[in-house]
Amino acid sequence: MTLSVNDVKRIADLAYIEINDVEAKETLDQLSGIFDLIETMQAVDTSTVEPMSHAQSVLQRLREDEVTEADQHELYQSSAPQVEADLYLVPQVIE
Amino acid sequence: MQWEIVIGLEVHAQLSTQSKIFSGASTAYGAPPNTQACVIDLALPGVLPVLNKGAVERAIKFGLSVGAKINSPSVFARKNYFYPDLPKGYQISQYELPVVQGGSIHIQADGVDKIIYLTRAHLEEDAGKSLHEDFHGMSGIDLNRAGTPLLEIVSEPDMRSSKEAVAYAKMLHGLVRWIGICDGNMQEGSFRCDANVSVRPHGTEKLGTRCEIKNLNSFRFLEKAIDYEARRQIEILEDGGTIRQETRLYDASKDETRTMRTKEDANDYRYFPDPDLLPLEISANWIEQVRSALPELPQARRDRYISEFGLSGYDASVLTSSRETADYFEATVRQLPAQAKLCANWIMGEISGQLNKEGQEITDCPITPSQLAMLLERIADGTISGKAAKTVFESMWSGELEKNVDAIIAAKGLKQISDESAIEKLVDQVLAANEQQVADYRNGKEKAFNSLVGLIMKAAQGKANPAQVNTILRNKLAG
Amino acid sequence: MFNASLKQLSIQLAEKEISSTELTTQFLQRIKQHNPEYNAFITVNEEISLAQAKAADKMIATGQAGPLTGIPIAQKDIFCAKGWLTTCGSKMLSNFVSPYDAGVIERFNQAGAINIGKTNMDEFAMGSSNETSYYGIVKNPWDIAAVPGGSSGGAACAVAARLAPAATGTDTGGSIRQPAALCGICGIKPTYGLVSRYGMIAFASSLDQGGPMAKTAEDLALLLNVMIGFDPRDSTSLQRDAENYARDLQKPLAGLRIGLPKEYFAEGMSHDVASAIEKALVEYRKLGAQTVEVSLPNAPLSIPVYYVLAPAEASSNLSRFDGVRYGYRAPSYSDLADMYRKTRAQGFGAEVKRRILIGTYVLSHGYYDAYYIKAQKLRRLIAQDFTEAYKQCDIIMGPTTPTVAFNLGEKSGDPIQMYLSDIYTSAANLTGMPAMSIPIGFGDKNRPIGLHIIGNYFKEAQMLNIAHQYQLVTDWHLKSPV
Repeated sequence: MTLSVNDVKRIADLAYIEINDVEAKETLDQLSGIFDLIETMQAVDTSTVEPMSHAQSVLQRLREDEVTEADQHELYQSSAPQVEADLYLVPQVIE
Repeated sequence: MQWEIVIGLEVHAQLSTQSKIFSGASTAYGAPPNTQACVIDLALPGVLPVLNKGAVERAIKFGLSVGAKINSPSVFARKNYFYPDLPKGYQISQYELPVVQGGSIHIQADGVDKIIYLTRAHLEEDAGKSLHEDFHGMSGIDLNRAGTPLLEIVSEPDMRSSKEAVAYAKMLHGLVRWIGICDGNMQEGSFRCDANVSVRPHGTEKLGTRCEIKNLNSFRFLEKAIDYEARRQIEILEDGGTIRQETRLYDASKDETRTMRTKEDANDYRYFPDPDLLPLEISANWIEQVRSALPELPQARRDRYISEFGLSGYDASVLTSSRETADYFEATVRQLPAQAKLCANWIMGEISGQLNKEGQEITDCPITPSQLAMLLERIADGTISGKAAKTVFESMWSGELEKNVDAIIAAKGLKQISDESAIEKLVDQVLAANEQQVADYRNGKEKAFNSLVGLIMKAAQGKANPAQVNTILRNKLAG
Repeated sequence: MFNASLKQLSIQLAEKEISSTELTTQFLQRIKQHNPEYNAFITVNEEISLAQAKAADKMIATGQAGPLTGIPIAQKDIFCAKGWLTTCGSKMLSNFVSPYDAGVIERFNQAGAINIGKTNMDEFAMGSSNETSYYGIVKNPWDIAAVPGGSSGGAACAVAARLAPAATGTDTGGSIRQPAALCGICGIKPTYGLVSRYGMIAFASSLDQGGPMAKTAEDLALLLNVMIGFDPRDSTSLQRDAENYARDLQKPLAGLRIGLPKEYFAEGMSHDVASAIEKALVEYRKLGAQTVEVSLPNAPLSIPVYYVLAPAEASSNLSRFDGVRYGYRAPSYSDLADMYRKTRAQGFGAEVKRRILIGTYVLSHGYYDAYYIKAQKLRRLIAQDFTEAYKQCDIIMGPTTPTVAFNLGEKSGDPIQMYLSDIYTSAANLTGMPAMSIPIGFGDKNRPIGLHIIGNYFKEAQMLNIAHQYQLVTDWHLKSPV
């Protein structure tokens, strides 16, 4: 597999991380090396193996449907970048 | 060319839990901004989700109600995208293994019965809201709604007209309320529809390119948006154009749909199983518990009303449009088993009309089923006329005389004269005083009969039993 | 006192030889004096620490003290602690004062332990040298030209330099064990699911596990007794009966079968490390253990598998850092998307961004099966290898790291070389098995060497027994750089 600068830019775009051309080139070199390492996985035949998502084969525990949380918005908003009228402010959302 | 419209619906039903799907914050509607957003809903660093049993139970209820398979295990996945109302930068949803698979809903549109099949229904969390009032050109984010449990119900592309789509949406809306998993409040966004619409030449198999119309928050908009969208697509195709797969937004003020985003800029959501949540297993035992606690479903009740009470299909459908209406009907008819049709007529007529006028629900009805049954019984036993019953009904509605039917009849002097001899006396008096009309009738003027009835009723101050008046009068004139 | 074990400190506190306030003050003093040199702590908050010490003294006075009451513990800055700046080593959280306590912090608070400060770490725990911290590099107290290891580098340094009697760490691919080895201390990553992840800022959710770092195996046991416990707020937290992890410390090792995976004794391990391991095994044979060769054929793929799964989970876990609700927001931007992109470009360091990009790529359309699913399948094969191996042995041993601590700056420009530092450690995260490192000597430039002990699921007590018996007959754990 060969990555291109465009691939790097596309994934940076998906990840919402600004990246300039120089950084993209630099990143490409590093990622290419890492993906060469990752590609070594393909040598093993895993066609009959089930994927393993969790270290323990445990099932989801369920919470009772109860309200346990009180309003603490002032505390929670104390480290917010920009708040007005108890709302988190962001640049205009266009729908 | 003849075109066929193909429609599939995706409905987001907010589940009526007390707390959120993955946190213990309240889901109550209308709280001040961000007062119901806890550390988990805010996606503070380090927080983790724990699944709400109430949300799962509601999903099971739904699955059983539509005859679907309850998947066990089902798996929660992350749908990754950035949006300010999505605090984690991903939505926890179900992707490859939804909790509910398959199922179907019976609808009637234009008098035809039809089955709409469901693809799946899965659990997921709702997002917050962006408010666009002007905060110096910025938007405000309220995360109270973030984490509210949703059941996304996806149908197969089985509908062929906007009317069928509306019939399906209404049936689903009725069902989720019936089984008590969603309050169905469309204004508050508790029940939201997206429609996938495509068209194809009649008689062909291959599906056309579809467009998804987002956030249709009323049945009327659903119908109009589909109609507009189908026309738009047909026009493009007839002009030799092609349909672009895209997401469109319905603008109710202009009655049109417009492009929201095209397939090209559609997100790559990078779904993967959420490592913070484990596979959800639902035991057969739990499913049976839920099943045994399920109410009789609308379809079953409808069938029973037809067979047990001899109601028409139409009446049975109207009465089973909501569980509350059906329960009201049953409570009434239980006390008046021989008068099912009369009960049905009054509930669909007077009661529903009055409620509509006042913008209220059957649960707000000031007249209880027993009170209504008492009133209808007085019609049935001839104590009052249907017309007088309406007067009594109005008095009851406004709470007069503690809604006591007999007291109102007495106070208003509405009791019918059903005594044979009393009516005969009245008839004799009228006949004696109106020889001309009697002669006219006997000379073949049928009109004179009605005029005599009118005079008798007038003499009885409207209280004589009209059927008896008719019979006695006819006998006397014949005699 | 700075060299005392937790047990010794506990006795001194109980016998009123010293108060928690005095003990805490002395450690705070020592941090003040030496932290500028090591940079082991990001945040020290004397006011909170001393208030906790005062409360602990009251507990001791009223006979409510437990084994850790009044003892200062350094907390890795990945654990949210109410009222404390909690940065996770990142500019992104440079202003984040946590409004809540992590499960682990709660348990230490309930035990009456003192939070002596928040330790430095690789940014979002991504690194093996502590060089990716926004708050500067941490020095290895044995040799300030060397890295302390990472990501729990501040914690390892703090314990080794005697700035704290013990510390917490977290381990996603080796982040407790590798710095413990490089700094000559002990550290254990318990079985996945035993230590609550609630409030522990997520790197890779299915691999992350908190654990203690201390001078001795016995101290680790006391710390595990506090740290481990069911937390209903973490869906992956295991509901099990409470254990006393110190219960088996004194058991003799006669008959113990030590498995030596041939793949871990192949090329890649440096000579100094190999010879230290051999000497440690000689000690174990003297203690009555026998060694058997075992094979973990898929273990060499741990690094590629890890570098698919961990970045994939991380790329999603770190999406919440967007400058909307807390943390850093770029000072200028043109619109919403630009705000996100600049915030994340400026708020994250190079290594974190690199891993987010790897993770984003392996999850993206068309690559998911080839990378993510493939890696999960190999993860199962690796776990099966270990399960097979445990049919022939009770415990697995090998080197914690291929070499002693490398020099600061030596690998920071070469991510792959850096990633290979976790070659022996990441398998235990993939399988979820418990693993620990204990000091067993010194190698090149007199830098410490660690022995890696990997147990089967829930074998923590046995592992601590194995480590403790070694420490009863050797004194590497008593060596101090200061």
